Amino acid sequence: MHKLLVDQPGATKFLLGNEAIARGAIEAGVAFTSTYPGTPSSEISLNFFQMSRESDLYFEYSTNEKVALEVAAAAANAGVRSMCVMKHVGVNVAADTLMTLAYVGVRGGLVILTADDPYMFSSQNEQDNRYYGKLSGLPILEPSSAEEAKEMMDYAFELSEQLQEPVLFRTTTRLNHSTAPVVLGEMKKRVTSGDFPKDPFNYVTVPAVSRKLHVKLLKNLEKAEALACESAYNFIKGSGGWGIICNGVSYNYVTDAVRDLNIADKVKVLRVGFSHPMPKTLIQSFIKDCEKVLVVEEGEPFMEEMVKAFAQEIQYTNPVKGKDPELFSRLFEFDPAMVRSNIAKYFGVSYDAKDLTDLSDIPELPQRPPTLCAGCSHRAVFYAVNQATEGAGTIRTTDIGCYTLGFLPPLSAGDFLICMGSSVSTGCGFSKTTDKKVISFIGDSTFFHSGIPGLVNAVFNNHDVNLIILDNQITAMTGHQPHPGVDMKGMNYNGFNQISIESVVKGLGVEHISVIKPYNVKKSIAAIKEAIAHKGVSVIIARQGCTLFEKSLKKHVGKPFYVSDKCKNHKNCLNDLGCPAFYVEEDKVRINAALCSGCGVCAQICPEHAILPLK
Amino acid sequence: MDITRLIIVAVGGQGNLLSSKVLGEAACRLGVPVRMSEIHGMAQRGGVVESAMIFGDAQSTIISDGEADLFLAFEPLEALRALNRCNSKTIVITNTSKLPPFTAAIGKGTYPDIEIIKGLIQSKVGQLITLDANALAKEAGNELSVNMVLLGALIETNVLPITADSIHEAISETTKKAFVETNIKAVELGRSAVKQ
Ligand SMILES: Cc1ncc(C[n+]2csc(CCOP(=O)(O)OP(=O)(O)O)c2C)c(N)n1
Ligand code: SF4
Ligand code: SF4
Repeated sequence: MHKLLVDQPGATKFLLGNEAIARGAIEAGVAFTSTYPGTPSSEISLNFFQMSRESDLYFEYSTNEKVALEVAAAAANAGVRSMCVMKHVGVNVAADTLMTLAYVGVRGGLVILTADDPYMFSSQNEQDNRYYGKLSGLPILEPSSAEEAKEMMDYAFELSEQLQEPVLFRTTTRLNHSTAPVVLGEMKKRVTSGDFPKDPFNYVTVPAVSRKLHVKLLKNLEKAEALACESAYNFIKGSGGWGIICNGVSYNYVTDAVRDLNIADKVKVLRVGFSHPMPKTLIQSFIKDCEKVLVVEEGEPFMEEMVKAFAQEIQYTNPVKGKDPELFSRLFEFDPAMVRSNIAKYFGVSYDAKDLTDLSDIPELPQRPPTLCAGCSHRAVFYAVNQATEGAGTIRTTDIGCYTLGFLPPLSAGDFLICMGSSVSTGCGFSKTTDKKVISFIGDSTFFHSGIPGLVNAVFNNHDVNLIILDNQITAMTGHQPHPGVDMKGMNYNGFNQISIESVVKGLGVEHISVIKPYNVKKSIAAIKEAIAHKGVSVIIARQGCTLFEKSLKKHVGKPFYVSDKCKNHKNCLNDLGCPAFYVEEDKVRINAALCSGCGVCAQICPEHAILPLK
Repeated sequence: MDITRLIIVAVGGQGNLLSSKVLGEAACRLGVPVRMSEIHGMAQRGGVVESAMIFGDAQSTIISDGEADLFLAFEPLEALRALNRCNSKTIVITNTSKLPPFTAAIGKGTYPDIEIIKGLIQSKVGQLITLDANALAKEAGNELSVNMVLLGALIETNVLPITADSIHEAISETTKKAFVETNIKAVELGRSAVKQ
């Protein structure tokens, strides 16, 4: 049985934050779940997926976050407790839905989990999604630890049903990926089906209806504010003349700092776990007898701005600070020592910061950047593109996935990237405004997620771009999740269909389509040359399963290669391909047989035919 | 309870996440408060993986620079790279078996001599313990049990309130059945390698 389905109230388990969240949702009786994967949220969905295979929990990997939210919004409006999981930038994709869903509301509880990523451990930006609460008018809950996240999940569903609107559940990487002992609770019964009573004058958002619904939303906001002021998740610890207001993981750093600085009798701490709408009267009564107030929050001054506004209303004129050149930054994540020293500085507590180790005599160390795996088909495609376009000035717009790593030398296959799905559309813009040939790269999962509208645009507006779809038949970057082009039956998952990328591309009316096998270097180069020569939209589908995934399925059984003594040391393999299975010994290229996947690409590009399969 | 902070660094694929999991499970069994956090975004693509584990009554799940009491490195270059996490009292345990990054393997950048690495670390921390965990893993019967060898060496420092028995139990519970025996053997080899 899945470890998050065991019925053992009171048992303590050592759970990852994301597991605690998934368990919390199960305990709350969630019955319908959807997602588009994204770090740091992915393990929540993975656990839902696994549990859905052995219980009546419904889960789906949806095409993108907007779709995931719409599917869940309808389920919740049929009265079924639903949850939709995404990373912070996923909410941008779902934002159109979110903003008006806030007007429409829900009948059964709907929790939307947004996993923010301060410091951008694995993201393209570090936007602070608490502003989505403000923008949409929806409540936000923010736990500080794995145990609290589990517990808060039930409250989130209750709150959603009480207010009849979705609740945003905001985490950050350090919560999603931290592990702690968590005590399991009772599991509510899952109610997996309901009904949708028709009421078009409340559910069809024509202007006349929406005008009414916006009034309802604002009334709800007032109700929510009163609830926030009473919520057990907005609590005060300690008493004293100094005030600290904090949220999320910052609360942990504050708690440790108060102990380390020995100031428990001088400071009181307001932990805000229900952060939108901000609990105004609670905050006003908290600050009114403080000598000074410090707001400790990662990201934007979301609480600080509100605290200052609330202070102004009650003519509180003592200092309130947070984001400040001398204190906290909007950049990156916090850490315990930073919070400790800023608290000491702001309140004038003497404290000896530990001297940092002097590292000035450490030599420059060779970097260890993440790279495409040995034998990754993306590398083979990029190599072929470089050969096919040698000497021709090209602009390569790229997209998000493992293949983004190809932007590094020696492949240098990526000049421009904004967000998922942007490769084709930005390619269109560059092709109209420069005299360079544009090649766009997109992964298969990203193609389905948001690449199709860009391709439609390219065809309709007759742009001159070559799109290469890197079809490795899985969503590799985020941990090998399925997508609509994946052969689910082949992986023993029944009940799915498979969508052919060729048929989609053909259906859109692309004139020049070819399918290549990236491990066949010569043919790939020829096909790319042909596609680029085509004026207008051309699409190449480069199809080869992800090496790492196939290895994990024990599917790939290529023999490793070695460099024979025919090698004349041209080093083309090293300088143009750069597979991480290569190493140099006494100035000769060698292949690490334990890493080599046997793709044979290096063997094909060696001018001496010196690279051979091991017998 | 006193707070002990442990940082583990490794290269993706070396299995450090399993060793921190086993350690955490063992702490849970003994009722020792424990929290940990991991950054493993690009682990599978050969990047560096770091775990922070905090034993005792702390709320934070991460460790600031210079604040590790214990520092366990699966790879000597990564030990040196992450030395900013240590202070003059930190106990450092490092594997001496090298895993040169691709950059160094193809001659872009030089991998420092192992004796230089040891000397630099030794000069900046409280104590340096070294062992060839890869050789011991082989001896245990599974090259992939480097993580268990190092776990053994770590608990043998007796800085953590974790017993060898509880590690054995946690291994039996969390690792694959087929590997339990070699994993336990690896832990014991790691322990005896660093016994004073
Ligand atoms: C809006 C949004 N959602 C999710 C992500 C997380 N994410 C990054 S890349 C990726 C998918 C990559 O899959 P694919 O395009 O098939 O490329 P591969 O990694 O397999 O090479 C995802 C889900 C994101 N960056 N932005
Ligand atoms: S996980 Fe797959 S797609 Fe990603 S780099 Fe490795 S082989 Fe390539
Ligand atoms: S055959 Fe060559 S390119 Fe392919 S994985 Fe092995 S060393 Fe790398």
